[in-house]
Amino acid sequence: MRDFSYLRATSADAARQAATLPGAMLLAGGTTLIDLAKCGVAEPDMLVDITHLRGLDRIEIDERGAILGALARMGHVADHDDIKSRFPAISEALWQAASAQIRNMATIGGNLMQRTRCPYFRDPSNFAACNKRVSGSGCSAIGGVTRGHAVLGTSEACIAMYPGDLATALVALDATVHLGDRRILVDDFFLLPGTTPDKEHAIEPGEMITAIEIPSSAAARRSTYLKIRDRQSYEFAAASAAVGLELESDGRTIRDLRVALGGVATKPWRAHAVEAALKGKVLEPNAVRTASLLAVEGAVDHGANRYKIELAPRVVARAILKMGETA
Amino acid sequence: MTLELGLNQQPAHTRQGSSIGQPLTRRDGFLKVTGTARYAADNHPPGMLYAVLAVSSIARGRVVSLDIEAAKAHSGVVEVMTPLNRPALATDPDAKDHPFMFRLDLLQNDGVRYPNQSIAVVIAETLEAATEGAALLSPRYETEPARVGLDGAESFVPRGVGVGNPAVQQMGDVEAGLESARTRIEATYETPAQYHNAMEPHAIVAAWDGDRLSIDTPSQGLAMAQGRIAGLFGIAPQNVHIRSPFLGGGFGSKGMISGPQVLGILAAKLVGRPVKLVLRREQMFGPVGHRAPTRQTLRMGMDGEGRLTAISHHARTTSSTFDDFFEPAADASHTLYASPAIATSHDAVRLDTGTPLFMRAPGEATGSIALESAIDEAAHACGMDPLEFRLRNYAEVEPMTGKPFSSKALRECYEQAAEAFGWAGRPLEPRRMRDADGYLTGWGMGTATFPAIMFQAEARAVLRADGSGLMETGAQDMGQGAWTAFAQIAADGLGLDIDQIDFRAGSSDLPNAGIAGGSGHTATAGMAIHNAGAAVIARLADLATRNEASPLFGAGNEGVLARGGRLYRRDDESRGESYTEILARAGLAEIEGHGKGAPDPTSQEAYAKHAHGAVFAEVKVDPDLGQIRVTRLVGAFAAGRVINPRLVRSQYYGGMIWGVSFALHEEAVTDRRSGRIQNANLAEYHVPVNADVPSVEALLVHEDDPHVNALGIKGVGEIGITGTAGAVANAVWHATGVRPRRFPIRIEDLLG
Repeated sequence: MRDFSYLRATSADAARQAATLPGAMLLAGGTTLIDLAKCGVAEPDMLVDITHLRGLDRIEIDERGAILGALARMGHVADHDDIKSRFPAISEALWQAASAQIRNMATIGGNLMQRTRCPYFRDPSNFAACNKRVSGSGCSAIGGVTRGHAVLGTSEACIAMYPGDLATALVALDATVHLGDRRILVDDFFLLPGTTPDKEHAIEPGEMITAIEIPSSAAARRSTYLKIRDRQSYEFAAASAAVGLELESDGRTIRDLRVALGGVATKPWRAHAVEAALKGKVLEPNAVRTASLLAVEGAVDHGANRYKIELAPRVVARAILKMGETA
Repeated sequence: MTLELGLNQQPAHTRQGSSIGQPLTRRDGFLKVTGTARYAADNHPPGMLYAVLAVSSIARGRVVSLDIEAAKAHSGVVEVMTPLNRPALATDPDAKDHPFMFRLDLLQNDGVRYPNQSIAVVIAETLEAATEGAALLSPRYETEPARVGLDGAESFVPRGVGVGNPAVQQMGDVEAGLESARTRIEATYETPAQYHNAMEPHAIVAAWDGDRLSIDTPSQGLAMAQGRIAGLFGIAPQNVHIRSPFLGGGFGSKGMISGPQVLGILAAKLVGRPVKLVLRREQMFGPVGHRAPTRQTLRMGMDGEGRLTAISHHARTTSSTFDDFFEPAADASHTLYASPAIATSHDAVRLDTGTPLFMRAPGEATGSIALESAIDEAAHACGMDPLEFRLRNYAEVEPMTGKPFSSKALRECYEQAAEAFGWAGRPLEPRRMRDADGYLTGWGMGTATFPAIMFQAEARAVLRADGSGLMETGAQDMGQGAWTAFAQIAADGLGLDIDQIDFRAGSSDLPNAGIAGGSGHTATAGMAIHNAGAAVIARLADLATRNEASPLFGAGNEGVLARGGRLYRRDDESRGESYTEILARAGLAEIEGHGKGAPDPTSQEAYAKHAHGAVFAEVKVDPDLGQIRVTRLVGAFAAGRVINPRLVRSQYYGGMIWGVSFALHEEAVTDRRSGRIQNANLAEYHVPVNADVPSVEALLVHEDDPHVNALGIKGVGEIGITGTAGAVANAVWHATGVRPRRFPIRIEDLLG
């Protein structure tokens, strides 16, 4: 193991400043960072521990929305009664993520920073080429084992899939990330790989995630997260959908619809086309299924992941129809 | 006088015992759940250093440079072992004297023949320093293209498969049988490479004292490991002391000593200090064995009444480029279904992988999922219920050999499992059942079988003047409960309560208990224990019945019973005396007896010996999304005498869950360009989690077998996988109408 120094930050400001030092990284729950350090992807010179900082683990909910402190644990948020009732997609995404042990350790802010499970990205000692690790070094995944890779938002430089569940629900519900005083939509916080897959987040040196804010809405209250996977727990999505739905007073016309996809794209994938096609329409199975196909417009497969293109719209349709059935 | 017991002779006192058959909890359970059971890697002898393997990135080629200076310059690194300075061995690690000996990669040269092969060992004061030292070696290679996949090289017919079975076997005229059939099926199935992935990685703590070697390491076969190590280092076997009290699973991968374990011993020799070496999870994907992939084609013919006229089973498998282990998949068709003609054959290709090895139910697991799928297809082709079809083709004698079965309660297994599952009324056609939530529901079944194998074992029993007993045998507990089951046999063997027995096992300085493998350990070492106890009791009875002062005088050795620390007259149980009294009168501090366990060659020749079972599975499949979940498993198994029903049931549960794993989860995925396995971790190499197996039931079917051994034990360690994997596959077909041809079955196979 490479030696590194450890700093226990005394305040959020001190942590942010320390994290700008060369080779410094913030340490929260550690469930991603320690893992990446073990496989040689992260090589921190200094870990700035923020886990003990007060005030950053708040879960505050009022009629405007929810504020989740960056250090709130995944497990606490998933089990929070007001999250379950007002933002069910958030709770459902969290409790279907990882394992109970990880959810008890991992933080909400750290969860947003979770990195891809692309096996080529995670194996620097055996695969030198990875544009996400070293810009311009190439992509080992293309032409390799690709069953778990993205079909949406890919580029010639990178096809790594964004693996998280929470952010998919956050994107659907128009959540914002608080970077100290700066606010940015979660959807904008995650960047497409393009030619710079090494730049994954719209976060600048000296910035630190302090909270996530989820605005209240009727669609958020009537939301769900549907995750399809090869096994029942401790497994990333083959495809998932976060859906929020608001119907007109007639109980059948769609007033508001939010759709985001997980497990299929290089970032949490908002499906605006599906939303636009269905808003103002009567919620009806055939229309939903047809519109859901728009979720994978422009999808590109790399062989073994082709099934995701077939699967994802079905997952979206199922989630929308399931929300339609709830009163 | 010492009573010589025949292997099938029922000693006088056997049935009087009270421990065998009791559902005792594990005697080592408390130690394990409190973290005080000392596994190999828990040992830290004074002055110990840490060794970490550097392993190859490439699949094939050679190492052209290692930055040894950089590694040595890292703080805490003590030494780097490479082919240049590796201590000499007495025998070539590439030599192979017998099929149970596997070639090892012990830094004998700079060649690379599979990914994750050891290329250097870094030894340091801390694990962290050794780990970083290994990374700093920055190897450079000359790389040759990797040979990957079932078509990755030219195929050939191996000389033998499994442990020396002929690769090609035939009984009757298969082509004529197929020709004459009213109905025929032909189907090809593929199974993937799987890795044992015992929870405990291979670990070793090795310490040399002159030419004496002390080792803590998990081993399923202490005496074989001892012999192999002694041979490699040119020292006497008794100079090698291996302690292996607990194993965190083995499944075959700890049956033979592996290369990395020997490298730990070499590292200790090189630095002259004790060394610990523990494999990282990803390093277990290569040097410690795996289940080779297979492609199997079955052809079956049936007459107008659904009777098989022919079974043809061909299996393609793989081995390494440098050693031989061939998964005997097609041999699964030898024993289960009656047919006038059966032909089995194997061919293989050599790939740039580590050498495959025995993995829980080797051959039976792979072969069974294909055979049971094909039988299901055959039943459907004949328009018959799968259970009815199996009963129609029930083998009254072993089909391939014509031998009678030593016992076979398979009919009872079918009946009891079908009843418990509620099989009756199952629609013949697929896609006919849906649950309240709209999920496609399917029911499938499979027949389970595993041979009743025995190896060779010895045990030593002592009865002490205070009435307590000691039983010693170098048996191995992989987690299956051997500490408990053997103590139960020992208690009955000595006629004592279990808590009066001091049972010692798991160390190479004890009598050779053979290998914990082939589902034969309980039968083999159990018989040795039983016979050692019987020898002591015979001696004790001799002392008593020949002494006029004893109430047993004149009863004769066969005229006494041993129970609860006393001998009784068989014809008058009111007359008896305690062991203590007998030994005191004789003025003996203790008496000793030895016993052996081994297959009886006469009954081996006369009988086919197999355990059997029937497994029924229910699956639910999302009709649109293809997500598969097993909702119920019911198995019934007949495997001779049950020593401990709690432990036996656990073995069946474990096997059945592995069957689910085989059908739906496990697969090592290889990058075809590099030959590297891309999911060499437990996040992406899937085994079922609890939520994947909601309900498992295992019924114990009574079976007396007078032929396998005196205790009537067959073996339960592996049979649960067989039958189950096929049952799940058949249930998936019944739910969806899609016949799985490739395992594991994936979402994409069912999206339609």
